Amino acid sequence: MSVTEQTVHPTADVHPIDHLLRADRLPHILCPGCGIGIVIHSYAQAIAESGMPENDHVCVSGIGCSGRAAGYVNVDSYHTTHGRALPFALGIAVHKPDLNVTVISGDGDLTAIGGNHLIHAARRNANLNVICINNFNYGMTGGQVGPTTPIGARGSTAPRGTTERPFNLPYLAKATGAVFVARWTILHVREFQQAILRSMQKKGFCFIEVLAPCPTSFGRANKIGDGLHEMEIYRERCRIEHGASNFEDLDIDLIDDKKSITVGNFVDIEREAFLS
Amino acid sequence: MPDNTAAKTAQPGAAARVLSGTHFMLGDHACAEGALAAGVDFFAGYPITPSTEIAEHLARRLPDVGGRFVQMEDELGSMAAIIGASAAGARSLTATSGPGFSLMMESIGLAAMMEIPCVVANVQRASPSTGLPTMVGQSDILQARWGSHGDYGVIAYCPESPQECFDLTVRAFNAADQYRVPVFILMDEVVGHMAERVVIPDATDVPFVPRKGPESAPDGDPFYCYAADEDLVPRIAHAGDGYKVHMTGLTHDERGYPALDAETHDQLINRLVDKIRMNAADIEMHDEIDLDDAETVVISLGCTARSARHAVNEARADGISCGFLRLITVWPFPEKRIRELVAKGNVKRFVVPEINLGQLRREVERLTQLPVLRLNHAGGAMPEPEKILELIRI
Repeated sequence: MSVTEQTVHPTADVHPIDHLLRADRLPHILCPGCGIGIVIHSYAQAIAESGMPENDHVCVSGIGCSGRAAGYVNVDSYHTTHGRALPFALGIAVHKPDLNVTVISGDGDLTAIGGNHLIHAARRNANLNVICINNFNYGMTGGQVGPTTPIGARGSTAPRGTTERPFNLPYLAKATGAVFVARWTILHVREFQQAILRSMQKKGFCFIEVLAPCPTSFGRANKIGDGLHEMEIYRERCRIEHGASNFEDLDIDLIDDKKSITVGNFVDIEREAFLS
Repeated sequence: MPDNTAAKTAQPGAAARVLSGTHFMLGDHACAEGALAAGVDFFAGYPITPSTEIAEHLARRLPDVGGRFVQMEDELGSMAAIIGASAAGARSLTATSGPGFSLMMESIGLAAMMEIPCVVANVQRASPSTGLPTMVGQSDILQARWGSHGDYGVIAYCPESPQECFDLTVRAFNAADQYRVPVFILMDEVVGHMAERVVIPDATDVPFVPRKGPESAPDGDPFYCYAADEDLVPRIAHAGDGYKVHMTGLTHDERGYPALDAETHDQLINRLVDKIRMNAADIEMHDEIDLDDAETVVISLGCTARSARHAVNEARADGISCGFLRLITVWPFPEKRIRELVAKGNVKRFVVPEINLGQLRREVERLTQLPVLRLNHAGGAMPEPEKILELIRI
């Protein structure tokens, strides 16, 4: 759509989801091209669409860039210690089972330092929605490699490229017992939002991995350029396969441009939720 | 507005929560019963000797009175879970021993920084590391005070009997809520595994101190979760109350928003320390025998106090001028009382028996130039009354 100088735009003082953000905390700390803002927006949009009272939503984060998400959403929100967002959130969800508790945190926070809590929260089917923002590295501390960094990708602690096999997070979540498992990217913003909404409607442990660019750290170290460039990669290489049956095929290799990245809603089953 | 003024124990179901009457009870079980009487809603823990009986007792009792019991994957998770539950309004408890206490330290700092009340029972065993898991120790005294990184205030009670395990657990919940701090029940293996008479009062006689909630409705005046009152303690609102609180372990302003500057940090951390220091006279508890004219003052706590009391009584029967100061709270430390004793002039020396290599003695030495005689055991055994008596006689 072309926009001419004559076009008259309707003006609005407030965005429809402004009230779900802590406007008094803006501007945020996130870098240009970072994907976390879109995650926060998608979460706020899902709250608005959930039809549940805003006061019934709670957001819990760990540490890192993604861990700052809780600080920008205008619901009861808790920015906890590194790796402990899940057990903190479990305490809330068990004491007040009617609250809709969403954990938004990073791949390092949830799967490295918090990895034990992740598998046990999934195993016991804690009534939590988890949005795991995967930017393939530790962004806030300056781009160290982590348990999601693809083999060969570089980081400040693996200057010649990491040799460790990364987690396949949907496989991990499914194997440990999650009742809803999805993977999207911040390019697939509508599908991602709908997945969050679905997780809010479900009882039990719902896990959404969302790929997000970190141009400042991961992008720069791996010749991906700006955030838009990584969005290009998502657009060219993502393949939607809902209900994917072979979870071993869900490995991500962001560096090999011949390999596709499978996204979609993979698991949506019912199992009795923990103490809810 | 949340209704957090009514005593849980005065609510329906109080009879099931409060086992009023006289019992022959294990210290660990008395701690669990104290928690139930105090209205504990949520327990998260990980099995560890010699505290496991607290978890086992609550696993059986808590669901029957409307509470929730969760066995977590580790102590890191247990501590985080009880803080989360408390953030949602629960009176929450975990129980552990040395190694688990060490693992909880980071989140204990979070509870101190977020000012979320919670109670940790630490049944001490011989340490460090795995040490003697089934045998007594008192070596977490300094860890309880300084274990997490940074400065913050805490409260720690040291029961010397199963009765006090009950009484001080009730007190711990009230203090946690009153001051918005993590509170420790610093038990030891001997007290935890000792069975004695425990008298549990009527439900209506169990003291209950509620958390200070917001003064306005959620849609009323803005509510600041970290705006302190005169007692330096801010009011608290819980997840789901509608106040849209934000809490963070980062240095934060009165709204709870991150404020990453030196001045805010200095003010906040001073308040976290001062809210205990300034209220120490109300919090601090000790017991004393014949201190007014004593030349020798024995200072002790927990199970060691039982040996010490015996020795003091024997010494006095022998005509030795000897008094006894038993610490019921080790934190805040009874600095004022010890300074008074020193200033009076009749005290010639202190005797400090303890099951560690001098943690309590170090605190006493900080307050006086007088000789502080020590009787230490690294752990696994109680100091014998005869040995304490020998020191008193020197």
